[in-house]
Amino acid sequence: MNRDNDKGKVLLQRLSILTIGSILCVFLLIGRVYYLQVLQAEKYKMLADENRIATRMLIPPRGVIYDRNGEILASNEQNFQALIVAEQAANIDETLSKFKELMPLTPEEETKIREEIKAKRKFVPVKLKDNLTWEEVSKLQLNAPDMPGVIIDEGLNRSYPLGNYTAHFLGYVGAVSDTDLKDTDPLLMVPGFKIGKAGLEKFYESRLRGLGGNVKLEVNALGRVMQEIERSRGVEGENIYLTIDSRLQKVAQDAFGDNSGAAVVMDVHSGEILAFVSVPSFDPNLFTTGIGSKEWNELLTNPKKPLTNKAISGQYSPGSTFKIVVALAGLEAGVIRPDTQFNCTGVMQLGNHLFHCWRHSGHGPQNVVEALKNSCDIFFYQVAMELGIEKIAAMARRLGLGEKTGITLDHEREGLIPDEAWKLKRFGTKWQKGESVIAGIGQGYVLVTPLQLATMLSRVVNGGYEVSPTFQKLNLKEKDKIRKLAISKNNIDIVKRGMFEVVNGEHGTAMGARFNINGMKMGGKTGTTQVRRISLQERRSGIIKDEDLPWNLRNHALFVGFAPYENPRYAVAVVVEHGSSGSGVAAPIASKILQEALKLDIK
Amino acid sequence: MYKYYESGFKSQALSIKDKFYNINFGYVFCIMLLAGIGVLCLYSAAGGKWMPWAWPQFVRFSIGFGLMLALTLVDIKYYLKFAYISYFLVLLLLIAVEVGGHVGMGAQRWIDLKIFKIQPSELMKITMVLMLAKYFHGCTLNKIESLRGLVAPALMALFPAALIILQPDLGTALMLMFTTMAIFFVVGVQWWKFALLGGGAAVLAPIAWQFLHDYQKNRVLTFLNPERDPLGAGYHIIQSKIALGSGGVFGKGFLNGTQSHLNFLPEKHTDFIFTMWSEEFGMMGGALVILLNLILIVYGYLFAFRVTSYFGKLVIIGLNTNYFLYVFINIAMVLGLLPVVGVPLPLISYGGTVMLSVMASFGIILCMDVNRNINLGRSSFGDD
Repeated sequence: MNRDNDKGKVLLQRLSILTIGSILCVFLLIGRVYYLQVLQAEKYKMLADENRIATRMLIPPRGVIYDRNGEILASNEQNFQALIVAEQAANIDETLSKFKELMPLTPEEETKIREEIKAKRKFVPVKLKDNLTWEEVSKLQLNAPDMPGVIIDEGLNRSYPLGNYTAHFLGYVGAVSDTDLKDTDPLLMVPGFKIGKAGLEKFYESRLRGLGGNVKLEVNALGRVMQEIERSRGVEGENIYLTIDSRLQKVAQDAFGDNSGAAVVMDVHSGEILAFVSVPSFDPNLFTTGIGSKEWNELLTNPKKPLTNKAISGQYSPGSTFKIVVALAGLEAGVIRPDTQFNCTGVMQLGNHLFHCWRHSGHGPQNVVEALKNSCDIFFYQVAMELGIEKIAAMARRLGLGEKTGITLDHEREGLIPDEAWKLKRFGTKWQKGESVIAGIGQGYVLVTPLQLATMLSRVVNGGYEVSPTFQKLNLKEKDKIRKLAISKNNIDIVKRGMFEVVNGEHGTAMGARFNINGMKMGGKTGTTQVRRISLQERRSGIIKDEDLPWNLRNHALFVGFAPYENPRYAVAVVVEHGSSGSGVAAPIASKILQEALKLDIK
Repeated sequence: MYKYYESGFKSQALSIKDKFYNINFGYVFCIMLLAGIGVLCLYSAAGGKWMPWAWPQFVRFSIGFGLMLALTLVDIKYYLKFAYISYFLVLLLLIAVEVGGHVGMGAQRWIDLKIFKIQPSELMKITMVLMLAKYFHGCTLNKIESLRGLVAPALMALFPAALIILQPDLGTALMLMFTTMAIFFVVGVQWWKFALLGGGAAVLAPIAWQFLHDYQKNRVLTFLNPERDPLGAGYHIIQSKIALGSGGVFGKGFLNGTQSHLNFLPEKHTDFIFTMWSEEFGMMGGALVILLNLILIVYGYLFAFRVTSYFGKLVIIGLNTNYFLYVFINIAMVLGLLPVVGVPLPLISYGGTVMLSVMASFGIILCMDVNRNINLGRSSFGDD
């Protein structure tokens, strides 16, 4: 019985220990609660917010691009798309088949949609079809009760109202690629964000883009949006006005018909580009709405290369249009004077080589104005021979040839103005006198782009001001900054006179293109350049007529022109690839363009 | 207020009225407060709705409350009388579940009686305590301190625990083992035996590890390092800590817990209900729940001190320790102090079985306390 008392005592002892132990354990819990909810509260508050708040970027509307008169060249168009939200659809199969009755889907499209529905969470919308027309939208909305789960959403698509008229200078926008990611703007990470990929869309990207806004959303663990917490609007992209006159642009491009080539119209005093044509062109809207592989292949394989910007990437022998440069160089160097005459017999011998004039019977005695008017080759052979290539090259470069104009577009080429050093470096041989002779009529190594030709002509007819082509209007300060080249006004007037005679003189090479609008007339210079070598044998047996050759072997046709003659405002350079004849094909196009420019009296 | 009865060799049964007056109403009040908090939590967990959890929980608590009162007023002699029988009956149920569970699909832990489901492992927690209390009630201290005297109770405790591990329900099995050990401890089993057991466990642990299910291993590994698998097994505990911590001192307000209501917090109406409560009411709310539970637990042990009969003391200690383990394991688990073992917070977590089982425990504890002056002889069953 004694031990029974002990049994009770032991129990009380042990029970005390157990009680105290339990109390200590509970205090451990309170300590832990204090640690988490007081000492670590800030850290966990942040983590909780990270959990529940999702920040989404808002894409700002991209800046609109206008022409000089305020007509829209590039804007943002509402894009309606049909989406399906799986959890709202009572039966996905029924909804889809009803949708298909209204808007046919290809089997590939349908499998893609079904896979996406399966892969994504039930409340995430999946795209059924986009770029819906108004008609399609209303048709879908009318039938909405039969298609639970189908919703219509609107986004913004870049649109180019003038389509292929503006493709070559505006460029286009496209999805962000890895190479664009040097740019650290978080907007680029937003799915569906489009970035300027080419042309002015690319050059003005930073101004057009604007600043992304963002919206803070409360989301649950599955990512479903519960409510909007706050929204910052961001900044819309800047609108940009170009120097292009869309009316002139259309006339200029249409003037080419089915031809392949390029034309640039410039304001001679500022260098502002009024029209910028490269044909054939393409419709940049195809890139936004999705281009089919067939259409894409057609663009790639078309022999007239619609994707190439010929106005800056096309390099052509300037041919006789280069005589403007040679004449001015000769006059400036004192090699010829206004009354200096050379007698054209149709052929000139240098060493044991014969150089022919395009007119085999010869032009007889010619001064510089007559030689320009008739495009006499012999006269310019002589001038070039006496000048030497270095002086020709120097004048050509002063007038903007042989180097990039700095126009704000990708893929501009330099062209080529050869000189002795270049030849030595390129071929390791000395410059030959005969090569200067050939260069004197713009053949041989000389290469120019249509944009360079327009720049060259502008610099000549504006009295020797060093204008550069631009798509942005110049302010007064910028206009004052344009340097004057040290070229005598008299010499410029003589060359201009020659160009007047080309168009308006009796038997001038471009007399067919002449016009007279209220006394305003055009001056200019034709050029026709061979794209094939004529063999000695062919020369003997008679040169094959151009129209008998396949298209891609025919001569290029060039014309540079300006108007009005008395007080020049507009300069145009036209190149028609394989157009056969500068006077017959290129000059009429230039004439049409300048007449339109004069009629529009562009402000 | 209390009526004292001479403890003689002839115990006197109390009248219902006497028993009622003997009930500790402070204790009952704490239970009601905690259950009230539970109903509030479930109302919030459902996004401010009575269904599907808060109302059924209230109904269950009401039933449980009736059960508690009934068990309080039952004649204390019957607990002693039916201790062994009830233990063996529940053991049979456990075996039935084990066999049935293997025949049926996957793991089954309950017997479906159509109206409600019986989870024998919950019942076992009570009957095990009664059985051990009766056994040690009849033992001399010599027998307790001898090895021979421990073989039978150890086996009787281990066998059901093993069955429950096989279900598999590691959490319940561990609670059963700890409760058993607590009883072994208070009756006076020597310290060195516990030390030996601890040493043996340390040696056997690597071997036992092999027999754990993959999900159990994951829970332990994840407990040791939650970042190991932040989207999988570690997700629960990480989100639970974020919810708690972000609640701060005063909480985010009723129905405003972002972690809970945006579903970052899993199992917010069952195992992680303490987290949800603490997110919305902060440290103040969390401490209130812990303190109410502490009061209940301390009350329980104080009852054990003042109850006269050895059997009554042991029954209270066993059941009270069981309740303490529930509370401690659940809260330590959601606080990231213990692995996630799937133990609910009694009175608050949604679930009928646990509600009824703890209310039954409270009833039995109160019964022991109500009859605190009745002496039950060691060798007799009270009547002689």
